[in-house]
Amino acid sequence: MKFARDTWLIFQRQIQLLLRNPVWVFVGVFQPVMYLLLFAPLLKPALNAPTQAAAYKIFVPGLLVLLAIFGGLFQGFGLIAELRAGVIERSRVTPISRLALLLGRSLRDVVSLLVQAVIITLLALIFDLRVFIGDLLLAYLMLALIALMTSAVSYGVALKVKSEDALAPLMNTVAQPVLLLSGILLPLTFAPGWLQGIANWNPFSWAVDGTRALFAGDLGSDKVWQGLSITAVLAALGVYWAARQFARSVR
Amino acid sequence: MIETRGLRKSFRSRAGRETKTVDAVRGVDLDVAKGEIFGFLGPNGAGKTTTLRMLATLIEPDGGEATIAGADLRKDPAEVRRRIGYVPQGGSTWDESTAREELVLHARMYGINKADAQRRAARALDAFQLTEYADRKCKTYSGGQRRRVEIALGIIHEPKIVFLDEPTTGLDPQSRAHMWDEIRRLRADGMTVFITTHYLDEADALCDRIAIMDNGEVVAEGTPTELKREISGDVVLVGLDLAATPQAAQTLDGEPYVNKLETVDEGGLRLYVDEGATAIPQVLRRLDHAGLELRSIELHRPSLDDVFLTKTGRSLRES
Repeated sequence: MKFARDTWLIFQRQIQLLLRNPVWVFVGVFQPVMYLLLFAPLLKPALNAPTQAAAYKIFVPGLLVLLAIFGGLFQGFGLIAELRAGVIERSRVTPISRLALLLGRSLRDVVSLLVQAVIITLLALIFDLRVFIGDLLLAYLMLALIALMTSAVSYGVALKVKSEDALAPLMNTVAQPVLLLSGILLPLTFAPGWLQGIANWNPFSWAVDGTRALFAGDLGSDKVWQGLSITAVLAALGVYWAARQFARSVR
Repeated sequence: MIETRGLRKSFRSRAGRETKTVDAVRGVDLDVAKGEIFGFLGPNGAGKTTTLRMLATLIEPDGGEATIAGADLRKDPAEVRRRIGYVPQGGSTWDESTAREELVLHARMYGINKADAQRRAARALDAFQLTEYADRKCKTYSGGQRRRVEIALGIIHEPKIVFLDEPTTGLDPQSRAHMWDEIRRLRADGMTVFITTHYLDEADALCDRIAIMDNGEVVAEGTPTELKREISGDVVLVGLDLAATPQAAQTLDGEPYVNKLETVDEGGLRLYVDEGATAIPQVLRRLDHAGLELRSIELHRPSLDDVFLTKTGRSLRES
């Protein structure tokens, strides 16, 4: 009960600050929209898709996963600013739940990601993308879990390194191979065997496959439950690890 | 209110490939009574902040024990948190929030309900003369205003003890005087106040009792008056040219009225005597007799800096 209240308290505060500066929505959405408008049209011929809509069914889920990964991984920067301002230290001398300090922030990130995901989906509708609402909601759940994990990990790393200068290259180094090995831009069905072999070890590749299956309306596909389970487990691990960083001493 | 025994903390620092262990705090024993302003005086790097952060549950001690407001620091840090307030050195407010928002949020972090938190925030804003700026963003505040918000944050839940880490560092003289009044007001409200400072005058004027810390250890503890009395007598500062200093030292060393003699690095002598008024004419006579010219002569009542100097061999002003 106390934990839920504490989480809600931090979440409210974070959302309030976010709404005070709504520029973030446009900044966050700008890049994916560029991909949607300037890159996606190349896909129909490249993927040999029968229609533009079919190409979007493959591309949009990948784009959303990309948004969740990157959006989450770079949240640590905000935390470093809070660390520097002494806000985290001030919170840590109160009896507030340490997990709530993390989760309140990560849930804000999840909400802001979902708002962006909805905007992208709506734009894609203009380009004849059609998805069943139930499948779409499950896909959003997958995105929420990914964002929860990546933002929690980013916060945990931020608490460890405590400096933007260290966080930026670290996150880029992680994000780059993760991105390429997840078949986000092009499906890995085109990849040679060795590359697919490596990609099988990339959890995000499973998440992308699962999300694609959902967008394709293939709810019964094994990929759906596999992707959801893997991301759920990873999200739990990420949150657990990051919450421990919040509980430990922070300078 | 605060009782510590053998509190220790060391940090590992890494320089290149070597890891070095730095003993930041090496066994601190303190007894702070209810309702007093207790000062922790020492140079930067003496271990004041580390000790304070241990007492405020922010870092775990490596060893030792502490009881704070009746709660055991090692066994029940959560209970300690409920009973103390802490105002960190580098600030604790968020640029984009207003003072009122910060106060309400902070009160609610202690489990206080929303309506009560709002009432307390309004009361605190009033008490710290912040009502006028209450709904402006913190980034628009002056240094003194911001520090007042931070102190208000530290006591919004009416703790038994409040820890203030260098509360007046970086403030102009006027804001500093204001801050002293605020801190005295906390004591008048029945709170125990624990501050760290590296200002001698602050420790002297504000604190009921002080502990002098150097190199991770408490080297002296008592009321400012007691500590100064420990250094019996007065200090006579003799200003001399560097070249004349050794000869003057030789001349005056062993004079019956000089209890202790130290040379000052930039030239000159520091004489510890029982009675300054009678010592000065004799010093003048002796030096004149030896044909030594002096630049100045000053009589000092012992200051906390002299206490620090006798305990550590260094001046706090220099370190």
